[in-house]
Amino acid sequence: MSAGVSTGHDPGTGHRRPAVGQYAGDRRRAWPYPRWSLGVAVAGAVSVPFLVPPYPLHQVTLVLVYVVALLGLDLVAGHGGLISLGHGAFFGVGAYAAAILLSSGVPYPVTLPVAGLVAYGLGHAFGRPAVRLSGVYLAVVTFAVAVAVPPLIRRLAPGGAMGLPVRTPAAPSLTGLADDQWVYLLVLAVAAAAFTLMRSVVRSSWGRALVALRGDAGAAEILGMRPAAIRAHAFACSALYAGLAGCLFTWTTGFVAAESFTVTLSITLLAGIVIGGLGTVSGAVIGAVVVTFLPAPGLVSGLALILVLAVAPSGVTGLARRAPAFLRKDRR
Amino acid sequence: MIGQVFHGLGTGAVYAALALALVLVHRFTGVVNFAQGELAMVSAYVAWQLVDAGLSYWLALPLTMAAAFAAGALAQRLVTRRAADAALIMTIGLYVLVHALADQIWTSALRAFPNPFPAGPLGVAGPLAVVGAVLALLYLVIRHSGAGLTLRAVAADPRAARLSGVRVGRVHALGWGLAAVAGAVSGVLVAPVVFLEPGMMGGALVAALAAAAAGGFADPVTAVAGGLLIGVAETLAGTYLWADLRVLVPLAVLLALPVVRGGGLARVRT
Repeated sequence: MSAGVSTGHDPGTGHRRPAVGQYAGDRRRAWPYPRWSLGVAVAGAVSVPFLVPPYPLHQVTLVLVYVVALLGLDLVAGHGGLISLGHGAFFGVGAYAAAILLSSGVPYPVTLPVAGLVAYGLGHAFGRPAVRLSGVYLAVVTFAVAVAVPPLIRRLAPGGAMGLPVRTPAAPSLTGLADDQWVYLLVLAVAAAAFTLMRSVVRSSWGRALVALRGDAGAAEILGMRPAAIRAHAFACSALYAGLAGCLFTWTTGFVAAESFTVTLSITLLAGIVIGGLGTVSGAVIGAVVVTFLPAPGLVSGLALILVLAVAPSGVTGLARRAPAFLRKDRR
Repeated sequence: MIGQVFHGLGTGAVYAALALALVLVHRFTGVVNFAQGELAMVSAYVAWQLVDAGLSYWLALPLTMAAAFAAGALAQRLVTRRAADAALIMTIGLYVLVHALADQIWTSALRAFPNPFPAGPLGVAGPLAVVGAVLALLYLVIRHSGAGLTLRAVAADPRAARLSGVRVGRVHALGWGLAAVAGAVSGVLVAPVVFLEPGMMGGALVAALAAAAAGGFADPVTAVAGGLLIGVAETLAGTYLWADLRVLVPLAVLLALPVVRGGGLARVRT
């Protein structure tokens, strides 16, 4: 009872409810659709910057940025069943790490790994003590992190409360691309790599161990898995993804300020992944669209979050999966 | 220095009341309610609205408590019938929703709230006495009343309680209502100090979470003591070391807890 975060069964009232999200570590193929459609998808994604005017392109780029962040958040929240309220802070730390390096003249390709590693280190520092205890405790600690980081940024980071404008990556002249088109392609490449990597991480023995811990921590521990180590590593990897996304955010917007990375962002990210659907890749994509286009947490997102949890705990993705069976009326 | 300690105790009383609410909710329903601070904030607004309409402070207070009890019981209906992680996210949804609603209704303008206690170091005794009274009242209700006995039965074994005819849902609602009353006390206490605005409980929530975590989200006395200590530590750190250090105090407490308490916290029910 102490460590099983979600068994889908509430001993308190005797009501049966499905756990949030779906179990991962499954053996489905990485691209379950016909092979030619993968080519179409890639061609479509690459051609976007040549078809779309600058401002919508900026928004599409932001969607990709949040996809990376949500893929990371999904590793702990969807697969690990642990709730993090601090991913906005890791995102902000990554963004500031990139911005500080860029403004001191470091070439932009270097900023990506550095931002990721800084966030990874912080993820370990905060996650390691937190995951030893119950799942609730991680949510509490990460909430405290999310609240503490913006004032620290305002005080310590260059630019202070005014924020820090930086140069966005410039397109190499031989490509003949505009800068925003180049940034889009860079972000797309990183997002695709992040997606592929996360797919294989989740399907690895380590990813399945994480899911097993979520299902029954006691049984998993008896089978030789080390809950604290596995969860701490998952949390740090997830922070790494948030840091990478923060760096991409800096590349995209060319401006960072502490106000962008408050606890509001952390909540928005969590709301995005829950609304999109926990434990699924398409959930991360739908969630990223929600994060980009839904205004900051307010009536709409609060209501959306409560409604999704009350009506469709597996999010939009889960609804879409159940829709065909629902229409054929062979409901389980 | 002594003045700062007293000032810190006043802040700590607010944290203690909110931490008490968090402990109650977690102990009786196994949920950490992130919306507790926002419910308290709304309670403070309700009290202000009543006073503004011409009611006396000491008449508005019990009315506010009643409203808070109803709001807490209502929130329980939304939250507790779910798996643990869904319930936690539900409270975060409530947090966002309640905050946005308050923003809509009362706008983000700062409002002054009447302070019933005298100013100066001695005024601190007021909030402390209120928190002490709430703690004592809750102790009496939970230890020495029929409803309290049912509450404890549900906390100990919900299924067995259900099988012996206890309406578990209603008892959960009672627990949430009592917690909301404790939270309302913290809201009304903090309002004269920080002015009314929708974001006023943000810092208090983190401190209260840290204090409640110190008691494993189960021990009310540790939670109250933790709240008072965090209040004093924040004030001292903010005054004598570095103003921005305040926000780091709850985080430092949370990170130190697993080291200090070791296995004691791992037994927390989720």
